[in-house]
Amino acid sequence: MKPPAFDYLRAETTGDVLDGLAQQGGDARVLAGGQSLMAMLNMRLAKPKLLIDIMRLKELRQIERKGDAIVIGAGVRQADLLAWPQLAETLPLVALALPWVGHMQTRSRGTICGSLAHADPSAEMPLTLVALGGEVLLRSAKRRRRVSAKDFFAGMMLTARADDELIEGISLPLVKGSRVAFREVARRHGDFAIVACAAMRTPTGVRLAVGGVADVPTARDWPVLDGSALDDALNAFAYELGARDDVHATARYRRDLVRLIGRDLIGEVLR
Amino acid sequence: MTRLKADQRHSVRFTLNGRPVEGEAEPRMLLSDFLRHQLGATGTHVGCEHGVCGACTIVVDGMLTRSCLTLAAQVDGCELKTVEGLAPSADRLGVLQQAFRRNHALQCGFCTAGILMSLDHYLATHPAPTEADIRDLLSGHICRCTGYTPIIQAALEAAAQLASSTKETSDA
Repeated sequence: MKPPAFDYLRAETTGDVLDGLAQQGGDARVLAGGQSLMAMLNMRLAKPKLLIDIMRLKELRQIERKGDAIVIGAGVRQADLLAWPQLAETLPLVALALPWVGHMQTRSRGTICGSLAHADPSAEMPLTLVALGGEVLLRSAKRRRRVSAKDFFAGMMLTARADDELIEGISLPLVKGSRVAFREVARRHGDFAIVACAAMRTPTGVRLAVGGVADVPTARDWPVLDGSALDDALNAFAYELGARDDVHATARYRRDLVRLIGRDLIGEVLR
Repeated sequence: MTRLKADQRHSVRFTLNGRPVEGEAEPRMLLSDFLRHQLGATGTHVGCEHGVCGACTIVVDGMLTRSCLTLAAQVDGCELKTVEGLAPSADRLGVLQQAFRRNHALQCGFCTAGILMSLDHYLATHPAPTEADIRDLLSGHICRCTGYTPIIQAALEAAAQLASSTKETSDA
């Protein structure tokens, strides 16, 4: 399978990217690490007229601390973030989830923001963004805007990004001192998640975010719960996610995983 | 800013296993096809063409790379290493390749080039890997012949050999 024909633009400034997107709109796609987009092109699930390669832009390769948040640029590869010395201290949930993204051979090139743009419902980075309540930084030739994680994911592989917008980066709040936990069930490490869960302690209780079940990663906040109250809350949440049967797992199995992993992780973060 | 037209071929230059190479490619040409068809470097194999099987894995600017998920145009000016760069000379195998041969770590050989590239890259920075480390690395490759056990054995053996050959054994 080979990609369809397209023009290729090697951007040298962010302005090049924004101009290309403004002119070509929905017929243009931004190419970063290519670990999702190139597969979509090879299978001809995407047929853009223009690819805009952003990986030669140094300004998009930054990982910066801005106040109480970490801002990760569109060109930051998954392996770059994993190797960032401050990761475990500032973004412990990302440090737990990132090794589950693809394989070493794809993390070396794939970007954090590319995974968010692709918006696979079982992917770990969208789940992490939703769990942390992060924001996506969008920019077009005309304006800049910030979209919260829960508003960004609009459906299976659908996002709130407009055709002329570049995901310039994301902003993840620091969760210092807050306990976090992550667990995933997949056929093999590195395969798509059947269910992935992230939990964290919040000022008022606990949050559980689930990927791989609903069309978008979904988070739920509760006050501190235990015993049968926690079981009931998890069971209700598992049903609300609307699991479906597919070749990998039944809906019932997915609900089971949400209940079991959810209970384990909440116990872990409240311990 | 460079814009390459879809219906034209454009010059692509990079360094392949230490040698400068050049060829022509349409923007849509995959790096795996460019290596094989334009440069005749057929050591890199093409399996699934969507990044899953790992057969086409090479090293670009020090990064493990699925060449089927990379455009030739993207690597203009980069440094590439492929399986052809592993042997020290035409009639000798490298340490890792010898370990594969000794342990029967390949049968049909289709997946082998990619696996060798992943291991070569990994062992260079991780001289004392555990079996779990090697299994995790190999999760990015699919082999349908060996059942992986001899590959893991070969990798651990090569790692030990490489580590001992870099240790000082004389004060002279």
